[in-house]
Amino acid sequence: MSSILINNVHKVFKTPGGDVTALKDINLTIKPGEFVCLLGPSGCGKSTLLNAVAGFQPPSSGEIIIDRRSIVAPGPDRGMVFQEYALFPWMTVAQNIAFGLEVQKKEKAEIDLTVKQLLDLLHLSDFRDRYPKDLSGGMRQRVAIARVLALDSPIMLMDEPFGALDALTRRNLQDELLRIWEKLGKTILFVTHSIEESIYLADRIVVMTYRPGTVKRDQYVDMPRPRDPASPAFNDLKRELGQLVMEEQQRHAAAEMKLAAVD
Amino acid sequence: MDKLKSFFAGALVPLLVLIVWEASARAGLFSEVVLPAPSAVAAKWWAYLLPAQAQEPGQSWLAWALSGELLHDAYSSLYRVIAGFVIGAGLALPLGLLMGANTRVYALFNPLVQILRPIPPIAYIPLAILWFGLGNPPSFFLIAIGAFFPVLMNTIAGVRQVDGIYIRAARNLGVGQWTMFTRVILPAATPYILAGVRIGIGTAFIVVIVSEMIAVNDGLGFRILEAREFMWSDKIIAGMITIGLLGLAIDTAVSRLNNHLLRWHRGLEH
Repeated sequence: MSSILINNVHKVFKTPGGDVTALKDINLTIKPGEFVCLLGPSGCGKSTLLNAVAGFQPPSSGEIIIDRRSIVAPGPDRGMVFQEYALFPWMTVAQNIAFGLEVQKKEKAEIDLTVKQLLDLLHLSDFRDRYPKDLSGGMRQRVAIARVLALDSPIMLMDEPFGALDALTRRNLQDELLRIWEKLGKTILFVTHSIEESIYLADRIVVMTYRPGTVKRDQYVDMPRPRDPASPAFNDLKRELGQLVMEEQQRHAAAEMKLAAVD
Repeated sequence: MDKLKSFFAGALVPLLVLIVWEASARAGLFSEVVLPAPSAVAAKWWAYLLPAQAQEPGQSWLAWALSGELLHDAYSSLYRVIAGFVIGAGLALPLGLLMGANTRVYALFNPLVQILRPIPPIAYIPLAILWFGLGNPPSFFLIAIGAFFPVLMNTIAGVRQVDGIYIRAARNLGVGQWTMFTRVILPAATPYILAGVRIGIGTAFIVVIVSEMIAVNDGLGFRILEAREFMWSDKIIAGMITIGLLGLAIDTAVSRLNNHLLRWHRGLEH
């Protein structure tokens, strides 16, 4: 298990309309094995922060340190699950899961064993030779999770992974994810704009502000799992966080109105 | 049942055309040199297909059965198409991959490509004869040019349109440059490349017929030109129909190959 240290991270995007500060003064320490949700409206920089941790877009200043090493590039120690699944459509389910291991030049027997275990873990055994186009969205996301688990990375990064799924599939996969997390003890950084999803899943919710993205609230969720979304405690927190997110959402809407007026 | 129905529905118009054609030919509406009756064309096609000479002693039955002029011509044309295509596409594919993946290589080669691309292969005929003389080589050269550009352009486009999400996912899995190229970019570009292959084979097939009219003495293109010299209209049409059938066979084969290689691809109708 690994910790993630985010030190004074700034991120500025240069656009034709001038510089946009996407992230400002982000300082977070994520403990090994912690399940952290980044919550906020679109444009709050939560995906930017995740991409910085993934190594896709390095911060403009500040640094991100994982196990005493500064992050400069993407790597299999931080497996990422994308909202768009990003499965390789020309590979079967089993080949998608095996790919990361083949890249690491693992032995064939070992790869086969890992793939088999992951197919079992995510209830995908009947689909091992299917292509992604023949799978539902929920199934695809299971494959994407299995592909990341195959890397056996201590950290999992998830960018609104269940955003495109229907409510029932979504709940089902949330439960799967919690089960896997409890079993394998990963450090998870999970981006979402769903307040309920963040309360259902996380040890800790980081609410972010709309442009520039800063930490608005660092909220620990002290409720035993499985959590009941109908319980009073759940709803109290949901109302409270809803208030915070709504404020940022309104700033977002106002900014867009202003932009539209300029046009 | 539905299949049978759609077959008959599809056969209706061609059948009607044949009947009108046959009837007007028999009524003597036009000379048989201008337009022979379909029955005469069919008879000629059959004669063209069958062996011309009696079986020689010592010649195997199969060799004799395949010694007909039509089969020899079809084989010669097909051989030229395939050889020319393999040369043209074999050069276009690596260059296209490089040009698609590397902007510097692209900038280096693109101006030349853009100048040469609009020149129809037919315009190379005089040079082809000067450079390669007579026989198969000028044909190969012309067909290779015809196949080269469609495959090249589609390969470049295919590499360039690869969705960035695959690249990001692969980098996240720790994929290095070579593996990225062979196992991510190349397969992601395959639908485009194969579309180029299909166009390229089509062009190769057009060019082979033309090239056979200039420098060789067999093949379907040569045969219909030869028949023209003797005003054998029935043989001209028989040759044309053979060209059509061979083209259809090639396209069906390529389309089968497409469906197999792209069995993972969305948007295929099967």
